[in-house]
Amino acid sequence: MNAQTTIDRLTKLEGIGCARKRREDPRFIQGKGNYVDDVKMPGMCVGVMVRSPYAHARVKRIDSSAALKLPGVIAVITAEELKPFKLHWMPTLAGDVQAVLADGKVSFQNQEVAFVIAEDRYLAADAAERVEVEYEELPAVVDPFKALEQGAPVVREDLAGKNVGAHGARRHHNHIFTWQIGDRDKTARAFDAADVTVKQDMLYPRVHPCPLETCGCVASFDKVKGDLTVYITSQAPHVVRTVVGLLSSIPESQIRIISPDIGGGFGNKVGVYPGYVCAIAASIVLGRPVKWIESRAENLTTTAFARDYWMTGELAATQDGIIKALRVNVTADHGAFDACADPTKWPAGMFHVCTGSYNIPNAFVSVDGVYTNKFPGGVSYRCSFRVTEAVYLIERMIDVLAQKLNIDKAEIRLRNFVRKEQFPYTTPLGLEYDSGDYETALRKALSAMDYKGLRAEQAIRRADPNAEWLMGIGVATFTEIVGAGPSKMCDILGVGMFDSCEIRVHPDGSAIARMGTMTQGQGHQTTYAQIIASEAGIPASVIQVEEGDTSTAPYGLGTYGSRSTPVAGAAVARASRKIREKARRIAAHLLEVSPDDLEFDLDRFTVKGSPGQEKTLKEIAWAAYNNVPQGMEMGLEAVDYYDPPNFTFPFGAYICVLDINRYTGESKVRRFYALDDCGTRINPMIIEGQIHGGLTEGLAVAMGQELPYDEQGNVLGGTLMDYFLPTALETPVWETDFTVTPSPHHPIGAKGVAESPHVGSVPCFTAAVVDAFAHLGITHINMPHNAYRLWQQSHALGLDRH
Amino acid sequence: MPKKKTVVSFKLNGQSVDVLVEPRELLIHTLREKCAHTGPHIGCETTHCGACTVDMNGTSVKSCTVLTVQAAEAELLTIEGMAQGGELHALQEGFMQEHGLQCGFCTPGMITRAFRLLKENPNPTDEEIRFGMAGNLCRCTGYQNIVKSVQYAARKLRGETVTTSHPLLEEVSTGTR
Repeated sequence: MNAQTTIDRLTKLEGIGCARKRREDPRFIQGKGNYVDDVKMPGMCVGVMVRSPYAHARVKRIDSSAALKLPGVIAVITAEELKPFKLHWMPTLAGDVQAVLADGKVSFQNQEVAFVIAEDRYLAADAAERVEVEYEELPAVVDPFKALEQGAPVVREDLAGKNVGAHGARRHHNHIFTWQIGDRDKTARAFDAADVTVKQDMLYPRVHPCPLETCGCVASFDKVKGDLTVYITSQAPHVVRTVVGLLSSIPESQIRIISPDIGGGFGNKVGVYPGYVCAIAASIVLGRPVKWIESRAENLTTTAFARDYWMTGELAATQDGIIKALRVNVTADHGAFDACADPTKWPAGMFHVCTGSYNIPNAFVSVDGVYTNKFPGGVSYRCSFRVTEAVYLIERMIDVLAQKLNIDKAEIRLRNFVRKEQFPYTTPLGLEYDSGDYETALRKALSAMDYKGLRAEQAIRRADPNAEWLMGIGVATFTEIVGAGPSKMCDILGVGMFDSCEIRVHPDGSAIARMGTMTQGQGHQTTYAQIIASEAGIPASVIQVEEGDTSTAPYGLGTYGSRSTPVAGAAVARASRKIREKARRIAAHLLEVSPDDLEFDLDRFTVKGSPGQEKTLKEIAWAAYNNVPQGMEMGLEAVDYYDPPNFTFPFGAYICVLDINRYTGESKVRRFYALDDCGTRINPMIIEGQIHGGLTEGLAVAMGQELPYDEQGNVLGGTLMDYFLPTALETPVWETDFTVTPSPHHPIGAKGVAESPHVGSVPCFTAAVVDAFAHLGITHINMPHNAYRLWQQSHALGLDRH
Repeated sequence: MPKKKTVVSFKLNGQSVDVLVEPRELLIHTLREKCAHTGPHIGCETTHCGACTVDMNGTSVKSCTVLTVQAAEAELLTIEGMAQGGELHALQEGFMQEHGLQCGFCTPGMITRAFRLLKENPNPTDEEIRFGMAGNLCRCTGYQNIVKSVQYAARKLRGETVTTSHPLLEEVSTGTR
């Protein structure tokens, strides 16, 4: 076989490692995507929410009569209407309950109070304004620390007398849980014995994933057949089917959940929201399709915030900067209902990855969840469960320690890294890191950026009293934990967090593959086919990948927490290998040799030592339908449900250089270099695109996003006028790089990538901002680092005076 | 409250269209719900995100804040009108070749905006593209590949040769497995 032939066959196959163009693109570039709001059904009506203007109030009376008088208005639903169906409350993913429509009381601003259904969206909006609601305002609490004081307003009267929640004892009416992990005493002893200790408070503010498409659904109940079909913006359609089944008592076999094209998710589209439940309930009662699409303001203020973690970190170390212990205390603001999207047993998600990339022998973490009069959520905004918070904490603490000891921020990392030969490495908080090579990654980054040169330039800048721009250099060397997860540790509503793949090869050698995950821009239709191409020898161009329709796809837990490649990608590889092994036996039969005499060569089986004696997968596929060995079932299909043995642990080394104007607070990202190691790389073009996107979302969070509240519980920043989404102008040019350290336990060694750039970049931006002021004794500045706040910092230091 | 409806006539991608609308109806709703042109999307309803961008009388407009009655007798171009005679527009090709999209929700607005940008400035710098596209938000791509996509199209429209910056087999030889 000459090299050119091999390259031609590789080109035709478009397997793992190819920058294959995306299969999704032709429809999107021609305006032929099919998003939920594009779905139009005969007889479809439209629902709009009536929401509370108050953060905390009793609902004294709801009068729908004026609304119902308008022509074209079909119904107004309140909690009273939902009660006979027991749908006025719903379970959350975190073991709490949430009001679908206010049951006598509202606990956050914009809470759902009534659902108006009309013939079109204009009529529904008119009618929603005519629903009269009488409120009796109650004092609101928006600060999680004040919420835990004696005499604080009771956010959840429905929980009165419940001293035990889904995650153990509650010690106050606004307390949800205390979750602790690690060895408290051993950690305390390490702190007592340490040369040096540092402590830092930090807030990871409340933010929102804000995908460009808001949430919505079209629910259609067929009264004759008793079937329910729901088109929905869901990252996890199968989980939605199970939840809808639980709520509605309709058997899952008669519920069809379809996630069509999804306009970005980033964690926002994992949960089940009141709007979905109202649309479904309305459709069941009316027997008509009901569409509900939320507005941008509703999206930003009701369907699932992220973060809102008030963290205190402490490190104990030697004079040389060798870390001996980490202690973390978190007060987590969960809003009015605990609707965090975490695996059931983990109320703080995978926050215990907070020992980071470092060999820290002792650690102890304590997290308290708290109710406040703010909207529910706690989703993972482009990260695995609470991992961005964890990584932010440890990366900030390392810098604080470095400043205290006057050790270079890259050097202190090199001194504390988990070494390559220590893998698999068990952390003091019980995680087993699969593989890593942190030092190689950081050294490559330092060299690519001429780190020494940058520090020399910074020294000159700092020494110049007339320099208008302060220069900051941020370094972050993060470890992510993705691919949830092993079912022995992770479940959602009792369903283990496996994922699935089903492949059918047709007689002509083309194939269809279906998975339990759901793409929202990640390009699954492209990359899964590449895995099949490499593993089963079928050209990617003739493989159709389908996801998102629960009636056709095998059950899976969906796409979030970078779990598609680590979990479903493994199922794809394993199902492909089942196809390959059956194909091997058919080929052996056709060639009249033993299966062991055959070797797999890209797209065919060849008899060892007899070049030319071969059968291509295309030929084998045809034979599978007419000429199989005796005793073998016909057809060429495989199914795999993959329960991963462990998480995967992608990592990276990021360096950011930025300049801050001391008079105006304006900041400019001069360079941002991101080295990511996601193990085996399936499609470098798509990986690069995911990294660009994750970095840009990291920029957004670090430099501008927040959803603050005033004392009355009014959410500020609930429109795109206030909530920062970077434009092309604010977004810098990203420099990407990689190393490859495959996961030893994953069938193809892949680890997942899309969230690393977010997880790694947020602390890197903060590090650079703080570094710009570090020579003046500043150890930490809370996000967002917008110009006003940076000017405030500059002003506090007297830097803005001539 | 509903008002008397009026007939509005415009040209949509070269075809004459008459629609019956209330004076308050927004152009994006007319296009999506009455004209079955669901390419332009609704992302914010406040003119920030640009997902609803269409071309009206030779200007980019955000159709979520244009009344349909304002489009009377207008020439409208949407993403559905970009490909001509079965051939993709250079911008459509560019977005695919340079991986200028992920979830695809912003893409119709991006391409429609870039279409007008390149009419106004056939030879833009990267910075001019970033400035000219700043009214269109994307949450997925970080814009870097969008800038490349627009440059790809600009080159093609100027008659220059174009190649993707993501060759198919770039990395295969490094053998990661």
